[in-house]
Amino acid sequence: MVNPTIDLLIQFGIMFAIGAAMAVAFIAISHLLSPKSVNPSKGEPYECGVVPMADARAPFNVHYYLVAVLFVLFDLEAVFIYPWAVSLRSLGTPALVEMFIFIAILLVGYVYAWKKGVFEWE
Amino acid sequence: MSDPVAQLIFLIIKAIVMPVLIILIVAFAIFFERKFAGFFAGRVGPTYLGPWGSLQSFGDIFKLISKEDLIPAKSDKPVFKLAPYIAFVPVFLVMAVIPFGPVGGEANLFGYRFDYVIASFDAGLVLFLAMGAMAVYGVVLGGWSSNSNYSLLGGLRAGAQMISYELAMGFSAAGVMLMAGSMSLIDIVDGQAGNFWDWYWIPQIVGGLVFFVASIAELNRTPFDLAEAEQELVAGHLTEYSGMRWGMFYFAEYVNLVVVSMIVSTLYLGGWRAPLEVLDFIPGPIWLFLKICFLIFVYMWVRWTIIRYRYNQLMSIGWKVLLPLSIANLLVTAVVISAVN
Repeated sequence: MVNPTIDLLIQFGIMFAIGAAMAVAFIAISHLLSPKSVNPSKGEPYECGVVPMADARAPFNVHYYLVAVLFVLFDLEAVFIYPWAVSLRSLGTPALVEMFIFIAILLVGYVYAWKKGVFEWE
Repeated sequence: MSDPVAQLIFLIIKAIVMPVLIILIVAFAIFFERKFAGFFAGRVGPTYLGPWGSLQSFGDIFKLISKEDLIPAKSDKPVFKLAPYIAFVPVFLVMAVIPFGPVGGEANLFGYRFDYVIASFDAGLVLFLAMGAMAVYGVVLGGWSSNSNYSLLGGLRAGAQMISYELAMGFSAAGVMLMAGSMSLIDIVDGQAGNFWDWYWIPQIVGGLVFFVASIAELNRTPFDLAEAEQELVAGHLTEYSGMRWGMFYFAEYVNLVVVSMIVSTLYLGGWRAPLEVLDFIPGPIWLFLKICFLIFVYMWVRWTIIRYRYNQLMSIGWKVLLPLSIANLLVTAVVISAVN
């Protein structure tokens, strides 16, 4: 409990260890207590009692990719904004103007995505 | 006993007591959720186990733990087994950064400095957002690895929904960072010193509401529980899970509920601070507990009052309403702070 960085490592390490130990303990106790019986039909995916027709490794809507790409863009924007938000008071008005320009450029992309119908799900 | 040793002992005590208390809150939150569900629907809810059925959750844990653990034959087994851990463990790191009382030499215990926080981390709010993003992995990987159509659809829907609302959450949290001038939850609570009208919920009312709505979507609760819409997707990404693996997902959901309530009260409702300075003699953890109870009640109230949105409505709300609102809130806050400065 001397060096701040090592302190943080210890503190987060202890919390992570407690969480992981709890999770492992749940599964281990369950493994000891639970009944085990083998039956091939138990391994089938659940489809309301019907024998499954199609495999789940099927192509899915490209919309999910578009949303994920937009998320990466906007989340990066957010990561740029956080340090700016913390130090706005010391940076003053020039930083405010710069951030308006930065967000205006990103809004162009946002409006383009909106007009292209990325946010429309049918 | 030197100070570092005392701090280490305090740390171990805090690191054990806090998760245990949160798990107790979770057990009773699940009970109250079912009681409220009964109340809102004109039923009685659980009644048999313990007084008024209050021990129902403990009975459920013993039931789940003794259930058979089924793994689908065609599933991706390592990923299938890993997904519950990814959903369960990250939230424990968030618990470490939430202050539940004064930090930094104000409080003493047996003559040693006692910090009412596990880790005084400078970027606590960013850690919370990062761990919220980790929870998406648990859901998506669990849904994909089950090799069932229902799970796959549920996992994809939940993934797209959670990342969409994550954005609105991140931008409205930036408004609080502007107000406090810090990413540390300790400094954010310190910035709200005073009475309840000094808390950030008045200047950040728009950001606070956006954050609250986004957190409902992040927790996968009604009206945004598209991931496990029973009527169309059985149980979404949880369809193939059974026994304690399913229990871990369920448990993680409620631990998240408690932790998100703590974060909302820390950001907007003054954290551990008393609503009036006159009431400061009541210790911080009690105030934090009361605020958590209030927020959990509001989450349950919303859940049993508002009906589920359609998926396209859900994505429209996230991208076309909440995201522009949170960016506007951020810019207005920045202009006001620059003007005052």
